[in-house]
Amino acid sequence: MPGNADIPSVVEQTRLIGPLDGGVVNAHFLGRTAALVLGDNAIVLVPPDGETRRIAAHEGAILTSVTDGARVISGGDDGRVIETVSSGETRVLASDPKHRWIDHIALGPDGTIAWSAGKNAYAQGKELRTFEAASTVGALAFFPKGFRLAIAHYNGVTLWFPNAAEAPPQTLERKGSHLGATVSPDGRFLVTTMQEPLLHGWRLVDSQDMRMSGYTARVKSFSWSADGQWLATSGATQLVLWPFPHSKDGPMGKPPRLLTPSGHRIEFVACHPRNAAVAAGYDNGMIFLTRIEDGAKILARKPSDTPVSALAWSADGLLLAWGTEGGEAGIIDLA
Amino acid sequence: MTEQSSSEKVPVTLLTGYLGAGKTTLLNRILSEPHGKKYAVIVNEFGEIGIDNDLVVGADEEVFEMNNGCICCTVRGDLVRILDGLMRRKGKFDAIIVETTGLADPAPVAQTFFMDENVGRKTKLDAVVTVADAKWLSERLKDAPEAKNQIAFADVILLNKTDLVSADELSDVEGRIRGINPYASLHKTQRAQIPLNAVLDRNAFDLDRILDLEPTFLEEDDGHDHDHEHSHEHGDHDHDHAHKHGGLKHYHDEEMQSIALRSEKPLDADKFLPWIQDLVQKEGPSILRCKGILAFKNDDQRFVFQGVHMILDGNHQRPWKHDEKRESRVVFIGRNLPRELITEGFENCVVK
Repeated sequence: MPGNADIPSVVEQTRLIGPLDGGVVNAHFLGRTAALVLGDNAIVLVPPDGETRRIAAHEGAILTSVTDGARVISGGDDGRVIETVSSGETRVLASDPKHRWIDHIALGPDGTIAWSAGKNAYAQGKELRTFEAASTVGALAFFPKGFRLAIAHYNGVTLWFPNAAEAPPQTLERKGSHLGATVSPDGRFLVTTMQEPLLHGWRLVDSQDMRMSGYTARVKSFSWSADGQWLATSGATQLVLWPFPHSKDGPMGKPPRLLTPSGHRIEFVACHPRNAAVAAGYDNGMIFLTRIEDGAKILARKPSDTPVSALAWSADGLLLAWGTEGGEAGIIDLA
Repeated sequence: MTEQSSSEKVPVTLLTGYLGAGKTTLLNRILSEPHGKKYAVIVNEFGEIGIDNDLVVGADEEVFEMNNGCICCTVRGDLVRILDGLMRRKGKFDAIIVETTGLADPAPVAQTFFMDENVGRKTKLDAVVTVADAKWLSERLKDAPEAKNQIAFADVILLNKTDLVSADELSDVEGRIRGINPYASLHKTQRAQIPLNAVLDRNAFDLDRILDLEPTFLEEDDGHDHDHEHSHEHGDHDHDHAHKHGGLKHYHDEEMQSIALRSEKPLDADKFLPWIQDLVQKEGPSILRCKGILAFKNDDQRFVFQGVHMILDGNHQRPWKHDEKRESRVVFIGRNLPRELITEGFENCVVK
């Protein structure tokens, strides 16, 4: 990368972990302990000062994982939903009776969780509720308030109140396969990633459609900025940020902000939890931290090998964990 | 950098065949033979049961249309999900076998490998293997469009249950298969007994290996004695025309045909590439598969391509060898193909 010599770098502040068998598929923080989720069956816990521990959380491959900062909840092809805490203890939260793959998990307000296996979505509040979608569930996302779940599937998204049997589920239609979903932090917009290289959005108050396109690849990673005003996305050789200002129309009619153009594609994004900045991982293993306001960037990892497949910030924003498809991983201490 | 070379990709074999043809028998043979390999198997949840393997995944055969304005561009969404999940266990198995239901169209499966980048990057479609019932296939070709699609699409055809038919009937059904798809390698079997290397690791969808462009009317089967009886034509197939071809009756299927084109003179790349793009855009719904080896003017590299409906994939393959005939060959298999239009279009691309 010509010119990288002039860019400020935090590469030297990295504690390298790995290589880890199975490749890294996700990363989370439990306090200051990083949890690196591997593609086989394990979660590797990296405490700030202690020994790295490999926890065999599942009996098969881990397909999905989420965190609330206190626990990692993962779903696997062993049909189980497992909770792992920073001490390394695990607990089975649910087990699919037919051992179907647990494809998606979402964490809701007040410790509620939802997961899906095939066409079935399950929401566990005080009681377990189930919903059968018309086709296999492509993604799950809770609304920021209230016990309401967005269930993405073929040709749209269904909004479901698991505890309100009298409220019929509402379906937002859009032809195609929806593979990711997120509700804006203000609860006013729903955005899905599709099989095609584009996003689709709805303004929920009137179900108005928003089409957000221009990507070179399927968008596999997205992240809301700390102030909720930007949605950062992967899938292009620039960092694509869609504006969600606190105005009536949100991103409608507004072009995205495009930062840090490069010859390589962004595979994973994670917004800083406090500042308006984004960590973006590229398909050549490179990682940049980019300030949203002016695009100023800091090199966090030099280009090396396999694509970046995981990025996570600690809640205080001082630690950044990363991992690659090939199993390289590291923790950058920005303090 | 992120592109894995073809040999590192996990091969996926697509196993199709009409109900009761013997797909599950073949699958169990593949899994039980002492080959020392491990296979992950994707089966339809509502399909036949009784598969003895520790890595079996149930699929729902969910097909959806891509939002690219192309009505025949359909993708198996469940495969996108399952292959992604399976690749997390990479290294735990050597290959993947996808068994479809008897009524499935193979096209969405093939298109999934072209249309989903994740799938295409980590796995490759190795071959479409179709199991056909020697006794009932002729009937199914008349009443079930799916059966015809499966034959037309195949790279490898197992004409199974040959012990249930006479030599004459066998020759008849073979002629019907060849009338639809003269390019697939065809094996006559009983209880799906076949050497596994005839169905697995075929590389039939590999652009580097587009070889099977020669019609194989006369191909010998896998060893068991087969007599090409010079039988006389039945009079009752009023929708078919048949004549004898090298001892095998040769049918022209009224609906599904293949077109083979060749030119010893070089082609003009600036004419051919737009022409084939335009052709598959317009005729894609009726073109099931196409493939070709091309000799372009002022180009020392062989250009190879293949396509499924509207999707085309092509590339320079390697330099032409000195002793190799620089000849262009293209084949199309499809339904009610506009033969004259295609032939004329191809000829217009020949450098005059």
